[in-house]
Amino acid sequence: MSTPTSKGETAVSSTGGAPAPVKANARPKYAPQQRGGGPMGHGVGTGEKAVSFGPSMKRLLGHLRPELPQIVAVVAMVIVATVGNAVGPVILGQATNLIYDATVVNRTPIDFGAVGRVLLLALAVYVVFFLLSWLSGFIINAIVQRSVYRMRQQVSDKITRLPLKYFDGQPRGELLSRVTNDVDNVSQSLQQTLSQILTNLFTLIGVLVMMFYVSWVLALVALVTIPIALGVTMVIGKRSQKLFARTWKSTGELNSQIEEAYSGHDLVTVFGRRREVAEQFRAKNAELFDASFGAQFISGIIMPVMFFVGNLNYVVIAVVGGLMVTGGTLTIGGVQAFIQYSRMFTQPITSLASMANLLQSGVASAERVFEVLDAEEESPDQAGSLPEPARGRVEFEHVDFSYTPERPLITDLSLVAEPGATVAIVGPTGAGKTTLVNLVLRFYDLQAGRITLDGTDIASVPRRALRDQIGMVLQDTWLFGGTIRDNIAYGKEGATEEEILAAARATYVDRFVHSLPDGYDTLINEEASNLSAGEKQLITIARAFLSDPTLLILDEATSSVDTRTELLVQRAMKKLRADRTSFVIAHRLSTIRDADVILVMEDGAIVEQGSHAGLLAARGAYYDLYQAQFAAAITEEDAA
Amino acid sequence: MIRLLARFLRPYVPLLVAVVVLQLLQSTAALFLPSLNASIIDDGVATGDTGHIWSLGGVMLAVSLLQIVGQVGATWFGARAAMAFGRDLRQAIFDNALSFSSREVNQFGAPSLITRNTNDVQQLQMLVLMTATLIVSAPLMMVGGVFMALREDVGLSWLILVAVIVLGTIIGILIVQMTPLFKSMQVRIDTLNRVLREQISGLRVIRAFVREPTEAARFDRANHELADTATRVGRRMMTMFPAVFFVMNLSSIAVIWFGAFRIAEGQLQVGQLTAYLAYLAQILMSVMMSTIMIMIAPRAAVSAERIGAVLDTSSSVVPPARPVTTVTRHGELAFDDVSFAYPGADHPVLDGVSFTVRPGATTAIIGSTGAGKTTLVNLIPRLFDATSGAVMVDGVDVRELDPDLLWGRIGLVPQRPYLFSGTVASNLRLGNPDATDEELWHALEVAQARDFVERMPDGLESPISQGGTNVSGGQRQRLAIARALVRRPEIYVFDDSFSALDVATDAALRAALVDETADAAVVVVAQRVSTIRNAEQIIVLEDGRIVGIGTHDHLLATCPTYAEIVESQFQAEEVAA
Repeated sequence: MSTPTSKGETAVSSTGGAPAPVKANARPKYAPQQRGGGPMGHGVGTGEKAVSFGPSMKRLLGHLRPELPQIVAVVAMVIVATVGNAVGPVILGQATNLIYDATVVNRTPIDFGAVGRVLLLALAVYVVFFLLSWLSGFIINAIVQRSVYRMRQQVSDKITRLPLKYFDGQPRGELLSRVTNDVDNVSQSLQQTLSQILTNLFTLIGVLVMMFYVSWVLALVALVTIPIALGVTMVIGKRSQKLFARTWKSTGELNSQIEEAYSGHDLVTVFGRRREVAEQFRAKNAELFDASFGAQFISGIIMPVMFFVGNLNYVVIAVVGGLMVTGGTLTIGGVQAFIQYSRMFTQPITSLASMANLLQSGVASAERVFEVLDAEEESPDQAGSLPEPARGRVEFEHVDFSYTPERPLITDLSLVAEPGATVAIVGPTGAGKTTLVNLVLRFYDLQAGRITLDGTDIASVPRRALRDQIGMVLQDTWLFGGTIRDNIAYGKEGATEEEILAAARATYVDRFVHSLPDGYDTLINEEASNLSAGEKQLITIARAFLSDPTLLILDEATSSVDTRTELLVQRAMKKLRADRTSFVIAHRLSTIRDADVILVMEDGAIVEQGSHAGLLAARGAYYDLYQAQFAAAITEEDAA
Repeated sequence: MIRLLARFLRPYVPLLVAVVVLQLLQSTAALFLPSLNASIIDDGVATGDTGHIWSLGGVMLAVSLLQIVGQVGATWFGARAAMAFGRDLRQAIFDNALSFSSREVNQFGAPSLITRNTNDVQQLQMLVLMTATLIVSAPLMMVGGVFMALREDVGLSWLILVAVIVLGTIIGILIVQMTPLFKSMQVRIDTLNRVLREQISGLRVIRAFVREPTEAARFDRANHELADTATRVGRRMMTMFPAVFFVMNLSSIAVIWFGAFRIAEGQLQVGQLTAYLAYLAQILMSVMMSTIMIMIAPRAAVSAERIGAVLDTSSSVVPPARPVTTVTRHGELAFDDVSFAYPGADHPVLDGVSFTVRPGATTAIIGSTGAGKTTLVNLIPRLFDATSGAVMVDGVDVRELDPDLLWGRIGLVPQRPYLFSGTVASNLRLGNPDATDEELWHALEVAQARDFVERMPDGLESPISQGGTNVSGGQRQRLAIARALVRRPEIYVFDDSFSALDVATDAALRAALVDETADAAVVVVAQRVSTIRNAEQIIVLEDGRIVGIGTHDHLLATCPTYAEIVESQFQAEEVAA
């Protein structure tokens, strides 16, 4: 991918992607003196920031609306569960009190019945807590997965409704990254934050309430920790954010260096640049080391520092609590419960702080997805229909068109292609040849004028109906990851095996397929590197052949097929063109010599049109093009 | 994995030792805290000794300070070792892959090499980092926790055993279930991404063939499968924590209940009970940490294997041990009975190819798709090595030549004209960093690229994006030709380098090239007969064998394959006349 997003590489890409299993949830709710917390917890915060956090967050939550009943249920469960979690230590503290009072204060035998009853109550509370948190986890998981599923579906649907103009406007990798990496990032951050934020928030509130319930003096002491904890998290968090941003930037740059070195491997070798390339890599690699070390270190000390703050709190509570027990204002069980609370207290704060980072990154991604979803769509289809049976007469009437308003491309273009005629389009690069066929396919809408098929304006019928009549072979051969058979069958829904084989034979696909070990079942891989350019082109020709269209569009269709194969393809094409209207764009004049009409285009206008012989006789632009070929040949002869 | 880790972590052993020592320090400190707390309650609170509370509180703070020093220090050394490890590993992979020949690059595939060099390294780096900063302390805490707990009371130790076994079993079951799910989830993500990528790149085809419904169904299937798997993974993940806390809470209850009996028997104090609770929690936490290790290790092992495969592969094109560093003549190229076959392939790609190219002469190679044209020219700069026979430059086998010397004499324009990110100038100077601007302009002029470069806003300094995607295919090809020209090599190799040019440009370019390459040996792979008909020598390849060699007229008369090719192209243009 040429434009790695700041977190892209680790989040999804092909091998890196399983959603870092324990990342989110590993932060224990109890972390008594325990070193660690979330194993990969730090490192999640990416450099991404939402542009407008509020509205986007709202919209993201809006995405969860269909799940509202479940969400309400989850919130209720989490509240109950948190209450249980918060009450637990108090109950256990009571048990300790019973034991303490009996052994230390009253010096009487322990009332095991009473202790047992208290502990059974604790057990009941914990069982409920367990069941509720388990169940709410299940529901949240389902909510998130369904929402993300819907979001992906929306993006996919949207893509089918976006005009081609949209895709021209931005790099392919960028869009891909939005619909894959960003959606994935949204899913991860939702899954990780949703339950955590709820739990942590309610835990914080619950613990606070309980702390005040046990002893308001100690609670006030403990509260001092909040600003310290927040301050520490924010200061360190900000620094580590910056370093992470630098890490992602370096990672992106290094990755693109790697990509370039491997894609251009032959050139690097033959042009003797290995040493320089290795040197550049070394420098970037060192940069990445500096940034990533800094980021990992700084983010890695958040936890220890928070634990230290927690310990500080612990000591103060022990001291003050001890004094209070001595003074008789607090029970020993109260201190014990309070100490447990204080452990439960700093943890959600740290969690919430890191959740904020995660959420930021998730919302930033959501924003990028929303931008896609908000993009302007194609004009809606009209309900008209094409006359039956199709004859294939195409007419351009005073057509104006440009990709960008500032640069008019086609102005006042008119032409007629009679049924069954072959219309060849020649001219220099950028003259508008490809644009012309894009307009026939209605990939773009006109600014003025109209194009008719058999007398019906193509803008007045559904695009589907129009395109059903058209078959095409493009310059860049697009095949999907499947077998050769599937790719040919793509031209026609429900094509039979005989039809596929017939198309393959007619277009000489059959010949090379037989030399492949798996024949028609050969899998075409993503870059289709197991087939030559010519072979791929042949398959696309077979695909168009199978679709048996009224109208045929061939854009540079044979430019990468070697000449001997081309001869065969030309023959097949001629057969194919026989009873259909065809538009052929070709640089090689030899391939279009027998066209019924040759259009010579320059700067978006047709400067000449006529037959090969007629145009040669006219000694105009076509003649010049034609001569250029000979001129070179003659010069070479002179030089030789 | 072990081998890889051992090899690349060796330089950082001191750092790792420091990590272990510091972790030991911080674990010990952490282990003392509950004990101190117990003492505060038993000896301070219970007896009302405020002085004791104060002094123990001071000790506790000091111990906490030790703990944070240990933790921060361990993080510093751990992060340093892990990141340095990652850096070295990346460098090693990159350096090795750079030395590969085309064969090894193709064997792995560029995208796969990229992933191995980036994501896979990241996986291992993460493993080292987590081990150093988190997991190392787990066994320490576990052993220490057990020790401290036993010190408080031996009678309750069976509780620890039960709790550890229960927790270990639960987590173990979850992990066993999750591991295959993670794997299939990765496959599903890849599938979904692939489908989407295809739908965006094939947009025109999909729309032209009105296959949106098919594509939507394909996407929906992939999306569904992913969501299903993700849900199943999520369920197990969501189970883990409630289960862990449940076990912890249950054991707390058990400790208090059974502890009460121990207290009644006078064998335990209340404060010790509290400490015991804390130690138990620590032990269970370390069990969890260790199991996390079990979870990440398999994934890292897969990455290590993929990286190992790259590191263990050595280039099939080996630089000569005693290279020939001087040559006398200039640019005479000869193929002597050259064959080339991929390992394990039935049919050789090239079979007994012999010919000679003299300086100042052009040799053209023509033939159908898959005839072996590109393979043939790639043998010249040793992108591959011949399986048998020899490619000679000035009478010296290319395998004996100093590689830098060999490459310095070749100007290659590959079939796919790749441009590097940078500027027009930086691309042109690829093979000749010292070329002046005048030389660049001259090369551009010959390559028919002067016009469009002049029209670019910054001329020679105009930016080129990676792969050259911001210029058209024809422009890319012309820049690639100019790049080879700037080098002023003795041997030019044009591998189908004129295919994206329109007829007029093609003709003008070839006319200009004649003067430019007058003293050089030129090898041209071409599709169009018009491009090559004036070559001094035309080689007709079919299925890896030479079926005709000679001039255009000679071949027309003697080589039916050639005649057929010519007929196919010239029947319309009547140029043959």
